[in-house]
Amino acid sequence: MLFNPLSLYASEEELSKEDKLDVKELIFEHLGDGYGWEVPFAHVYRIPLPVIVRAEDGKWFCFSSSDLTEIHSIENSRTGKVENHLVPIVKTFDKDGRKYEFTLSHSKDNKDKVVQLIPGEDGKVTEYRPLDFSITKNVAALFITAILLITIVMALVRFYKNNGFKAPRKGLGFFEMIVSFVYYDTIKSTLGENARKFGPYLLTCFFFILTMNLVGLIVIFPGGANLTGNIAVTLVLAVMTFIVTNIFGNKHYWKEIFWSDVPIWLKCPLPIMQFIEIFGIFTKPAALCVRLFANMMGGHIIVITLTVLIFIFAAFGKFVAGGATVISVLFSVFMLALDVLVSFIQAYVFTLLSTLFIGMAVEKHDEHDHKDAKPEEERLAKVASSIDFE
Amino acid sequence: MELFTPEFGLVFWMFVSFILLFVVLAKWGWPVIIKMMDSRAATIDQGVENAKQAKEQLDNAREEAKKYIVEAQARQQEMLREAAKMKTELIEQSKSEAAEAARKEMEAAKVSIEQARKEAELQFRNEVGKFSIEIAEKMVRHQMEDAAAQEKLVNKLLEEIEQN
Repeated sequence: MLFNPLSLYASEEELSKEDKLDVKELIFEHLGDGYGWEVPFAHVYRIPLPVIVRAEDGKWFCFSSSDLTEIHSIENSRTGKVENHLVPIVKTFDKDGRKYEFTLSHSKDNKDKVVQLIPGEDGKVTEYRPLDFSITKNVAALFITAILLITIVMALVRFYKNNGFKAPRKGLGFFEMIVSFVYYDTIKSTLGENARKFGPYLLTCFFFILTMNLVGLIVIFPGGANLTGNIAVTLVLAVMTFIVTNIFGNKHYWKEIFWSDVPIWLKCPLPIMQFIEIFGIFTKPAALCVRLFANMMGGHIIVITLTVLIFIFAAFGKFVAGGATVISVLFSVFMLALDVLVSFIQAYVFTLLSTLFIGMAVEKHDEHDHKDAKPEEERLAKVASSIDFE
Repeated sequence: MELFTPEFGLVFWMFVSFILLFVVLAKWGWPVIIKMMDSRAATIDQGVENAKQAKEQLDNAREEAKKYIVEAQARQQEMLREAAKMKTELIEQSKSEAAEAARKEMEAAKVSIEQARKEAELQFRNEVGKFSIEIAEKMVRHQMEDAAAQEKLVNKLLEEIEQN
């Protein structure tokens, strides 16, 4: 890929020209990931996070995300006001006599990702996307969520240790209520005796998703990362369920896939059923992944769009903007409240479906025909013996 | 689209944090909570069961007590009846005993009276005999004052002997 470093600096001019609101850009910036974490209510200031990349030749680099951007004060040509803008800069390393340059990309494919700039022989610069293990905003949010969840769970455990059989009240009581709802009403009623084996996994799934959903709804610093609306996160969760389902799937589960109870012509010369079933193994977790992702991202998009509406309507004058603000805020609040509900529902649906998939894979199938025949035989034998006695 | 292509770094960290979270919670979190909730549910169930049993026992005890009371009342009645019977019996017995004793007394009295009467009769006879002999002596003495009368008597006595 060809890259002209001059375009980087040209972006400054672009910025200064640009007063128009790029709605799409704004929405995707909020939905997407980033190398720094926005300080609440200050658009240009970012909490620096570590960037960890592996350069083209296998060397590892770790540096702060603040090394990739700079705040430029640019005078707005229209209003004459001085505005702060965040502009990408190049971070240079000298290691073992070689120069390594990293910057945030402007190209379409790697937009806003860290890239390594490799100068070509003809003066053109090639952009190389290194292996990126950076602690981005989403990764940091992931850690915060995980730590938050561990804290809550351990608080309940500690409460039990200190208070014995006493039932917790207030926050912990609410938490315990949700645990018992998920565990007893969903996991145990579906899995039965297997609940103890798969309960921890499913509960972890449920509460991790729920916490991520809810933390994602908080607009400012510790929250605000659109985690479950990111396909990488839901993909991992779905793959986990996929792995658990297929590792613990019993003989019956595999038999259903490779030799199910259908007319023989559906499976013998042409493996139609086998094809459908194997396809089904993958579509089930894929549906899990996409459902959670789409629902959460949809919720975020709606809330952001409603908020952005205020700025769009601002162009139409004070009264229109004022009216739009009231309506937007009301709708945003309503949508956020709805998203809280959706957070619960989606976490629950994910867990419920995972439970069902696992339940179907590990369900014990006794030979029904024999089981039903046996009591009937016994009954007949009893009747016969009673006749003999008479 | 950036949104639809999973970022490798995020997948990696998500995997790592999920596994770590799962390990921590599956080891120290969920089993403790589930065990506690299970045992609490069991305790509550047991408590309800115990209360039910206690109530049943109480009901039973009440019924039993009632039964005992009824029984006791019946026994009391019987005892009273028996006592009444015994009383009449006793009275009867003492009456008859008294009658017997009276009869015996009377008999004894009769005997003694008879004896006294006999003694009196004997005494009276002796007295009468004594008196009649005295009277006869006096009469004989009076009649035998002359010799003729003496002779006549001797003759008459002789005659009587001769006749025999």
